[in-house]
This record gives sequence, C-alpha cells and structure tokens, in this order.
Amino acid sequence: MFGNLSHLALQQYWFVIVSLLGAILVFLFFVQGGQTFIFRIGKSESERTIIVNALGRKWEFTFTTLVTFGGAFFASFPLFYATSFGGAYWVWMAILFVFVIQAVSYEFRTKASNFLGRKTYEIFLFINGLLGPFLIGVAVATFFSGSQFSLDEFNSVHWANEFRGLEATLSVFNLSLGLTVFFLARVLGLLYFMNTIDNENIIARSKKQLLFNAIPFLVFFLLFAVWLMLREGFAVNPETGEIFMEPNKYLHNLLAMPLVLVMFFVGVLAVLAGIAFALLKDTGNGIWFTGPGTILVVFSLFMLAGFNNTAFYPSAYDLQSSLTIQNASSSHYTLVAMSYVSLFIPFVIAYIIFAWRALNKKKIDEKEIQEESHVY
Amino acid sequence: MIDSIDMSLVDWSRGQFALTALFHWIFVPLTLGLSFIVAFMHTIYVRTGDEEWKRITKFWMKLFGINFAIGVSTGIILEFEFGTNWSNYSWFVGDIFGAPLAVEGILAFFLESTFIAIMFFGWNKVSKRLHLTASWLTAFGASLSAVWILVANAWMQKPVGTVFNPDTARNEMINFWDVLFSDMAVNKFLHTVTSSFLLASIFVIGVSAWFLLRKREVLFAKRSTVVASVFGIIAGVATIFTGDTSARIMAREQPMKFAAMEALYEGQANAPLVVIGAIRTDTTKTPNPREDFIFKIEIPNALSYMVFLTPSGFVPGISDLVYGNEEQGILSYEEKIKRGAVAIQTLKELKRAKDRGDEATYTAMREKFNDPVWLEKYYRHFGYGYYKGRELKELIPNVKLMFYSFHIMVILGTHFLILSLIALWLSLKNRWGHHKWLMWVAILTIPLPWIATESGWLVAEMGRQPWVVYELMPTISAVTRLSPGAVQLTFWIFLATFTVLFIAEIKILVTQIKKGPGGK
Ligand code: HDD
Ligand code: HEM
Ligand code: HEM
Repeated sequence: MFGNLSHLALQQYWFVIVSLLGAILVFLFFVQGGQTFIFRIGKSESERTIIVNALGRKWEFTFTTLVTFGGAFFASFPLFYATSFGGAYWVWMAILFVFVIQAVSYEFRTKASNFLGRKTYEIFLFINGLLGPFLIGVAVATFFSGSQFSLDEFNSVHWANEFRGLEATLSVFNLSLGLTVFFLARVLGLLYFMNTIDNENIIARSKKQLLFNAIPFLVFFLLFAVWLMLREGFAVNPETGEIFMEPNKYLHNLLAMPLVLVMFFVGVLAVLAGIAFALLKDTGNGIWFTGPGTILVVFSLFMLAGFNNTAFYPSAYDLQSSLTIQNASSSHYTLVAMSYVSLFIPFVIAYIIFAWRALNKKKIDEKEIQEESHVY
Repeated sequence: MIDSIDMSLVDWSRGQFALTALFHWIFVPLTLGLSFIVAFMHTIYVRTGDEEWKRITKFWMKLFGINFAIGVSTGIILEFEFGTNWSNYSWFVGDIFGAPLAVEGILAFFLESTFIAIMFFGWNKVSKRLHLTASWLTAFGASLSAVWILVANAWMQKPVGTVFNPDTARNEMINFWDVLFSDMAVNKFLHTVTSSFLLASIFVIGVSAWFLLRKREVLFAKRSTVVASVFGIIAGVATIFTGDTSARIMAREQPMKFAAMEALYEGQANAPLVVIGAIRTDTTKTPNPREDFIFKIEIPNALSYMVFLTPSGFVPGISDLVYGNEEQGILSYEEKIKRGAVAIQTLKELKRAKDRGDEATYTAMREKFNDPVWLEKYYRHFGYGYYKGRELKELIPNVKLMFYSFHIMVILGTHFLILSLIALWLSLKNRWGHHKWLMWVAILTIPLPWIATESGWLVAEMGRQPWVVYELMPTISAVTRLSPGAVQLTFWIFLATFTVLFIAEIKILVTQIKKGPGGK
C-alpha cells in the first residue's frame, strides 16, 4: 500500500504526522500551563492538591507525546534530529531537565519522607510549566528564523558559537512565539480546570486569570503572526535543491495552500471562541473549542515551515546547510515500514479517548480526593 | 578525520551515556517485573474476591508507581541523548535506529501510560474486568517497550537487514524483519526481560522476608512470597538458559568480547571454562597490557563445549584475534585495518568524483558497493579503517571489567534461582519464615540483582567497545562535536540530579514499605 508511494509523498506524509504530533503536544501543554497556577490559584493545601491531581491524571499524555514526537522525528528525519539536538545542545538540555524534574514530582509530592519536601516538588512543577512550553516555542520559532549551524561533507553538525542554541532566546521574533506558546498553555490550563474541577474558588479564580492571560497571549500571537507573514523565508529551488531567501515566503505559502489557510483561520476562530465562551458564559466546555483550535493553528504553522518548497530547519549561518523534508529524511524503505506502523495511531487515539472518558466521568472535588486511594 | 577529535570529549560523552543509561536501568527492570507480579496478584483478587489479595495488590502497586515515575523521568534523557551527544551516530544509523524508537513511542509508551492511569485510579471508577485488563496491558506495555529499544541495541551489536548507501554515506534499512528478528535481538529481549522478572521476584521475596522477620503482616508476606518465588523460579531458569544462548551468539558474532569476558588470550581447542578466578594486569607481555590469572577454578573442555557443543571446538583468544591465526582462518587486526582503509578511501574517491562530475570514476566506485565479494572483503572492515596509525590496544575492550562483570552475573544468577527454590519449597511446607538467618539472606539479597543486571549491561556495552555499531562505526566517530567542557558540565548536573532523585526514591520506598499494606 505505502510501497507504491513516491519518496516525496512519504516524506510529506511523515512531515504531516510529525506536525500533527507537535500540534497535539501544544494542546496537551495545558498540563504545563496548569502547573504555573499551583500557587496562584491553589491558595490552600487542599486546593493545591485538587489542582495537582487534576493535572496529574493527564501529565503522562503530554510527556509521552513529547517522547513520541522526538522518536518520530528521529525515525523520519534523522538528519534533523542529529543536527538540531546535537547542535542546539543547550536548548535541548534545558528542555530535557525541566521534563526530568516534572516526571517524579507528581508521584513524590505527597509521599512521606520524600526528601525534598512537598513545596520543592510543587516548585519543580512550576518550573516545568514556566520553561517547558516557552523553550519549545522558541525552538520551533527557529524553524522560521534559522539557526547557526553548518554541516560538513559527512553531515556532521558544527555550531557557529558556544551558546549552542541559547542565542535563539535573544531574538525578539523567537521570543514572540515562545511567549505565545507559554500564555496559550496557561489559557488551556485554566480552561482545563474549568472543565474538570468542581470547586467554586478554583473556578472563580481561573475565570479571573483567564482574562489576564488571554490578553498577552493575543498580543504575542498577533505580533508573531504578522511578523511571520512579513518576514523573508527560506525557500528551496525544487530543481537544484538550492536554498535562497524569499521575501514574504510564509505569506506566499499560506496563500499557495488554501487548505492550510482555512485550517489556520478556523483554528484561530476556535481558539478565540473557546476563550470567549469561558469568559462570557458559565461553561466548562471552552477547552473543547480552544484545544482543537490550537491543534489546527499549530499544525498549519508546521505546514508553512515545511511544505511548498521551504526549508523547515534552516541555517541562517550557512544557507546551503538548511534542512528540507527531502534532504533530511530517512530512506524510502524505512518510511514505508514506519508508515505501516502509523496505521496504529488512530487505534492509539481511540483507547486514549476511551481511558480519558472512563476516568473523567465525575468532576474532581475534595471528596473525591479523600476517597481516592492513589493521590498525588 | 578522527585525529581532530579530542579524546576527553569522547570519554566524557561515554561517561555521560553510561551514567544515564545505568541510572535508568536501576528502575526499568523493577518496572518490568513488578508490573507482572502485580497483574498476577490482581488476577487472584478478581478470581477469589478475597480482600486480603486486594490489599496485597495495592501495596505492590504503590511501590510500582513510585518506581515507575523515576523510570519515566530518566528514560527521556536517553532518548534525547542520542541526538545531543551522539549526533553523528544518529545520522549514520538513524534510518534503522530511529524506527524502533518511534514504534516504541507509538505502540508501547502510550499503551503503558494510558492503562497505568486506569490501573491506579480505576478501583472505584471502572468495572473489575476492565480494571484487571488495564493491569495486564500495563505489564505488556512495559515489556513491549523493552522489545523496541532492545531491537535497536541488538542492531548495534549485530548490524543486519541494512546496506551502506555510499551516496548518503550512511546505513539504510532494507529488511525490517531481519532487524526485528535477528537472533541477537530475540535473545537479548528474552534475557533482559526474564532477568528483570527475576530481579523483581527477588525484591518481593526480600521485602516480604522483612515483614516475616518482624512478624508483621504474615499472611500478606507469605502470599507475596509464593507468587514471587514461582515467578522467580520460572524467570531464573529462563535467565540462565537465555544467558547461555547469549554467550553462544556472542562467541560467533563478537569473538573479541567473548574472549575478553573469559580473559582468554591464547585460543585453544578443548578450552576450559573458568568458574571462579582472579586476574592481575601484566604490562611486560603482549598484547600489552595483558591479564594473567592469579588463581582459577575451571571445568575442563566446558568452554569449547558450551560454544560448539563439542569439546574439540577451537575458541579464539585475544592474541589470535589481534595478531591473526592463519590456521584458523582469522585475519589480523592489521589486515582488517588495511582493508577498512581501502573501503574508506573508496568512499572518499566516490564522493570526490561525484563533486567533480566525473561520471566514469563515480560509476566504477559505486559498482564496488554493489559487489558482494568486495563488500565482504573490504566494506566489512570499514570501521577498522579509522584505526589506521593508531595503537592496536585501543581495539581491545577492558578485559578485567569484562571478566569480573560476567562472572559476577552468572554466580549471582545461580544464587537467585536457589533462593527462589528454597522460598517456594519452604512456603509450601509452611516453614518459610521459621529460620531467621534465611530471612536475613533474603533481605541482604535485595540489592544483588541490581549488581547482576548492571554487570550484564557492562558486559554487553563495554565489551562492544570500541564500536558503537559493531565493526562499522567506531565510538570516536559517533560523538557530537561539542566542547569537552560542555559535556563535563552536563555530566555533573546529571550526577547531582540523579543523586538527589535516588535518595528521594529510596527514602520514599523504604517509608512506604515500613508502613506496610495497611498504611495509606
Ligand atoms: C529492557 C527495557 C528498556 C531499556 C533497555 C531501556 N528502556 Fe527506557 N523504559 C523502559 C524500558 C527500557 C520501560 C520499562 O518501559 C520504562 C521504565 C519506566 C517506564 O515508564 O517505562 C522506560 C521509560 C522510558 C522513557 C519514558 C517513556 C514514557 O514517556 O512513559 C523513555 C523516553 C525511554 N525509556 C527511552 C529509553 C532509551 C532511549 C533507551 C536506550 C538507551 C532506554 N529507554 C532503555
Ligand atoms: C538500559 C540499559 C543500558 C545500559 C545499562 C547501557 C549501558 C551502557 C554503558 C555502560 C555504556 C558506556 C560504554 C562505554 O562507553 O564504555 C553505553 C554506551 C552506549 N550505549 Fe548502552 N546501555 C543500555 C542500553 C542501551 C540501548 C538499549 C542502546 C541503544 C538502543 C544503547 C546504546 C548505547 C550507545 C549509543 C552508547 C554510547 C556509545 C558507546 O560508548 O558505545 N545502550 N551503554
Ligand atoms: C546465570 C547465568 C547468566 C548467564 C550465562 C548470562 C549471560 C549473559 C551474557 C553472555 C550477556 C552478554 C550478552 C551480549 O553482550 O550480547 C548477558 C547480558 C546481560 N545479562 Fe546475563 N547472564 C546470566 C544471568 C543474569 C542475571 C541473573 C541477570 C540479572 C538479574 C542478568 C542480566 C543481564 C542483562 C541486563 C544483560 C544485558 C542485556 C543483554 O545483552 O542481553 N543476567 N548475560
């Protein structure tokens, strides 16, 4: 079935899958966003416990999606994996550390003799929420703004400076996406609380915070989106494979792919609709608009970065080292084999939804936490 | 190309990988084994409806959860590290190696993490049957994730199902099934999971013994012991059996690792097996350094018999492998280096011809990479070519470490099996717990399976040195070009983080154990 597809079709198929994983990951950052509110919204010990437990039942999904996102990139575009991870060493190490401290914190937080104390684990969660989405947002922004690497004849990566990717955080453009993702994660976190928690104080505070976070989110998002449309981009000459700068490249991409254009705007509308509903009406369903909207918007951004003859991991330092979905991919055989594996994805999504619903039948409140034998 | 590499960069990168992998591996085998033990107990509870079994299940499930969390948090490090610290490697083999990692994420990690949530939170929320199914799926999910990572690892030990593509200068997969079902992969999986089951059984027996010694929760402890010892006996027999097969495959595929593991320098027919021994480094003999036995107890002919199933089989020693042995048809390393250098040179010429647009030379060189005879004669030794002009001793793994690690693993494996047998035997006669000293043996045995299991990885990984991909890619060419200082810094950060996490984990585990199944 997949064996008959051209190499290019398979490369595109895999870029779509990786983009989808990336998009779902950003939606699932509601866990990280929620973690930044542990202290702000959880005023008492029991409120904090409710919040942590509401998030704790979902953190594994975000984490596993991140891991799978990395694995899928490794398998389908190994040169990207090698170049970006090995090149932007410090950025990835920083991302890594904030996830290492997250994974233990839920399980260890309320356990007796946990060595560091409850508060430390809460701070770990807070740091993870603060830096995780932000750093990943900055890293993804370099898909549009370029990085400082070159590749030698054996495809070994050389980085132009010793900051190893940390320099990306100094660019205002990159920061605008980092902060967009950060505030979006917080908005999603709040919407998630309003959806799953049954506690008046938490809901009231979440609603108030929602406005405070939706505004910066919108400001940064607009800044990023407008800038993206105006800036020059890394184009590929499909005949020669040569990379060159093209003014308004990403705007051209958007216009050249009507489906992406539609997804982008439907996504933006859905994100806004969810926030508006949550603010104006007494509903916990905002997340069911903002969440899928997020997926659509992030997915279309990935499409802008990689499709329509664009270099998705460009080098601003050595233009011709830039990576495209064609020069960075695995062999035809591997992509075919992997494509068969991808047929399991709908099945995986189905049982995740099933499990989510089985455990979310009832909202989380204090009583539930007291009765539950496994609490975080 | 290699001359420009700073050896301290390679050493720190290796050290960091070893540190993070060995640390991850402290938690993984317990997860693998305990998940099944919990599933058995849960099944007995659902079958009998006996509340005591529910308490037993919940207790071990809680320990499982604590251990699982730290396993997850250390696992992500390894996944990133292939890219961050071994980026040349990630490109060279990404076509093969990335696939199992991705499959692992898609198939196994999601299965594990989804159903683990139902397993922990499902007591009052889902039907008993669904809940039990979730426990089983969690256990299968854990072992399934082991499949993929071990397939990837086995491929590095024995690169099959792939060809070298000179145009991209990397390996490409041509047969997924060969990679998945290589004898090395199948056996590595079986040995790793069965030894992990054994480890978890010993853990459960040991912790239960502590309760029996204290005369607390006696019913709980006895029942746990029965489940664990039955599991441990099956797993123990399987571990020894698969370990033996591992050694046989190794003797065929990686004779240098095998010789190092036995500290065998001069090859021989009717080779004896050293059961226990001590060695000492001698720097006056060749190859230099060389390990000599101070004392040893050996079984005559056993090594030859083990490998070839006949006592007259010739087992090559380290000297034979380094200096060659014409009689046995073994090429010397010098010859391999020469041939490998030819392969590397051919690749370079091909690339240059392509860059200049010299069709004729390009085609001639490209032909060679399609010619099975040339591939067998030259490309096969590709990795050795990198060692041109370097010292031969770099090609010999650390014999002392190999020898001791291997022998410790085997001796301990035997000890665990005997302990499990005694535990079951006495439990059935209702006399397990009557002898204080036996309880102490069981308690003091708790840390030993970790020594065995980490030794196993040291044998497998350090014995593979100096290759990342056996005989194709030397470790020195796999490493990311970073400043050694950067890697040093992350090494120390990891070490500090791990120390803190480890203390936290142990304190929490011990406290939970002390609380017993009655505590919350
Ligand atoms: C034989 C089994 C085995 C081996 C050799 C390894 N692991 Fe592991 N890994 C597991 C068995 C496992 C597991 C039992 O499935 C874990 C432990 C705890 C857990 O959650 O799953 C796990 C967790 C785990 C996670 C977190 C998964 C999650 O999100 O739930 C990652 C990313 C990795 N591992 C990656 C690796 C890499 C890159 C390895 C190679 C160097 C590696 N593991 C060796
Ligand atoms: C969790 C079990 C594992 C343990 C305990 C382990 C142990 C080690 C150790 C001790 C080293 C350092 C060897 C040295 O540099 O001297 C090492 C290196 C390495 N291992 Fe493993 N390993 C494990 C699993 C794996 C797996 C499953 C893979 C591949 C899928 C793998 C790939 C590597 C690589 C790439 C290196 C670095 C290059 C090298 O030094 O050879 N390891 N490992
Ligand atoms: C009792 C007899 C045993 C024998 C003969 C044996 C043999 C071996 C051999 C030859 C290897 C190296 C495989 C390779 O490099 O390809 C190995 C690896 C290993 N052993 Fe054992 N072993 C035994 C017991 C144990 C025990 C008791 C444990 C742990 C509880 C254990 C855990 C491991 C692990 C984790 C590895 C690394 C994974 C692998 O390469 O398969 N082994 N063993």
